[in-house]
Amino acid sequence: MFMSKAFSLLKPVRLKMSGQSNEADRFIHPAAASRGQHCRRSVDCERRYKTHRGSAGRRPTSAPQIKVMAEEELPGVLILDIGGTHGVLENLAALLKKHFHLITMREFLENKKELKKKIQSVFVFECRPTIDRELLESLPNLKVIGNSGVGVDHLDLKMISKFGVKVTNTPRAVADPTADIGMALMLASARRLVEGCQIAVSPETKHFAVDWLGVELTGATLGIIGMGSIGYKVARRATAFDMRILYHNRNRRRKEEEEAVGAHYCEKMEDLLQQSDFVMLVVNLTPETHKLIGKKELELMKPTATLINISRGAVIDQDALVEALQNKVIRAAALDVTYPEPLPRDHPLLKLNNIIITPHIGTATVQALHMMAEEAIANMLAVLNGQPIPSEVFPK
Amino acid sequence: MEGQELPYVLIDCIGGKHGVYEDHVEFLEKHFHLVTMKEYLENKKFLSKKIRAIYMWYHKPVINEELLQSLPNLKIVANSGVGIDHLDLKLLSSYGVKVSNTPFVVSTDTADLGMALMLASSRRLVEGYQMAVSPDTEYFPADWVGAEVSGATLGIVGMGNIGYKVAERAKAFEMKILYHNRNQRNKEEESSVGAIYCKKIDDLLRQSDFVLLSVNLTPQTCRLIGKRELELMKPTATLINISRGLVVDQDALVEALQNRVIKAAALDVTYPEPLPRDHPLLQLRNVVITPHIGSATKKTRRLMMENMTDSIEAGLAGLPVPNEVLL
Repeated sequence: MFMSKAFSLLKPVRLKMSGQSNEADRFIHPAAASRGQHCRRSVDCERRYKTHRGSAGRRPTSAPQIKVMAEEELPGVLILDIGGTHGVLENLAALLKKHFHLITMREFLENKKELKKKIQSVFVFECRPTIDRELLESLPNLKVIGNSGVGVDHLDLKMISKFGVKVTNTPRAVADPTADIGMALMLASARRLVEGCQIAVSPETKHFAVDWLGVELTGATLGIIGMGSIGYKVARRATAFDMRILYHNRNRRRKEEEEAVGAHYCEKMEDLLQQSDFVMLVVNLTPETHKLIGKKELELMKPTATLINISRGAVIDQDALVEALQNKVIRAAALDVTYPEPLPRDHPLLKLNNIIITPHIGTATVQALHMMAEEAIANMLAVLNGQPIPSEVFPK
Repeated sequence: MEGQELPYVLIDCIGGKHGVYEDHVEFLEKHFHLVTMKEYLENKKFLSKKIRAIYMWYHKPVINEELLQSLPNLKIVANSGVGIDHLDLKLLSSYGVKVSNTPFVVSTDTADLGMALMLASSRRLVEGYQMAVSPDTEYFPADWVGAEVSGATLGIVGMGNIGYKVAERAKAFEMKILYHNRNQRNKEEESSVGAIYCKKIDDLLRQSDFVLLSVNLTPQTCRLIGKRELELMKPTATLINISRGLVVDQDALVEALQNRVIKAAALDVTYPEPLPRDHPLLQLRNVVITPHIGSATKKTRRLMMENMTDSIEAGLAGLPVPNEVLL
């Protein structure tokens, strides 16, 4: 259903050979480099991990390939499965196969003795396979867990670290599509798009009422909680809608960065909550951000405000949110993430009419999935080759 | 204006699904003596000579020759919104009646909705919502994907106020922006949004991942997008319409969507509105339709009302009419 293309940004690498090109270092797309792609000065752009913008958008193009090595000589990577409900998508598996000997969980369990030594990496796709103590103990040569996606709250970083295993994520690939979904949710909620669609197609509809109204984005105030790569891209987009932008972050951004998107720093989250018409959560999930938005925070928000969550479900106290929405303490919510996913089918959030929920699709685009796999591959190869790692995640 | 009577202005009705908004009445009654259609019909003899303006809120009251003939002192019709394709301008002009609309206030909301439709369609937001809340959903499948807006190519057909505001927003998504317009915009305007002019609409259609229509409806733009134009578009492209339903040949669109000549469509406008409940567009999975809500926000509607008030007052005072629509 989605497009499957034979991309190859990275050449297959022989391990432990000198003079080999540094894959991780070359993580500037060859086409971008050759076109002298202008790299905007922004914090999230140390190395320009952005493909060139041809007419099809963020789509990588192919680069020349070195002859592929025999599969068994390539380092082993463990994945849950290929295809099926939770497996790695076939076209992404094909990317992995260029650099790794692919071993599925089933194959591993059927032949643990032989395969355990071969597995040097695990590609975690949509939080699977689960990395537990038992698995770590059974993989003596495991060096790296390459996560597809930026969130690593499903990984026990401390435990993994104790086994001497590194963890990497894919912050660059996720930023644009996730910022886009944040904007999509904010717009859809403000303009009551889902409700509108239902009216437009309902068998009961005879006329369109002229007093059916949504709320404006232009001129409204957006409060961004968490101004990392994704939050910053949201700010950049929202500014073009003439929104006033406030942000709260552990650290304040540089003045130039603030000015570039017209963002005002709120040292106290309370100030942001009280002034915003739209509050967007773009933090990662940590013990500090768990239930960051609870009853108190919701009550600080304007009764006309909308809460948008594109981070993790557990950043919000969900029960408090249900109550706030039922009692119109806030106007509406739009969530790409919940806890759990999916919600139980009888969950009160599903019954409310002032909420939009999407099934965690922040990075659900053809382009993003592809780029996440490539970013994960580059990270894993860097670890295995002893080269600088583009995005390693450390336990606190 | 002590002791002076407020001008009599005809409206359709107040409240309900189609009437002038109840919370606008207070403001309006400071400026006008409002006469509803019902009141007018009950007292034609007296009121017909008094009525000097019509406040047309969402196409009502309907203005026909009969009405124009019975309102000898009618000077101006103020229309809500920017589209005036439903008005017979020639007829009105022949009775010496001026017409005004509200072009500028609707621009940002309509541009916002264009972006909302593009994002919702591309990321399959409505489908996603349905999956998220469906009683049958047990898990979210890993192979469920949409397409990116960031970095894609947007072709804007009609680069007026609204089209330009769409371009400003799309630029922040790092989209490549092409546009087709009767006239090319000046260099500063183009470079400000990074928009590239396509003199031939065909060039725009061939290169765009998203084609957005933001023209007004005129005899020249009626069925601007038909079978030929749809076939020029990429099979992976999405058509977004925030102008008027008639700008698109709807039957050709149905066929194109059914046969995957284009990938999807997102329409705030159709012809008619609403569509008949058995219309094929309502059955298609790759279509998002919204009920003509381009300017449907509280703030904008209030601004429209205020603009219309200004236009009527100027028209009645013999002053230049803000937002006058000329033939």
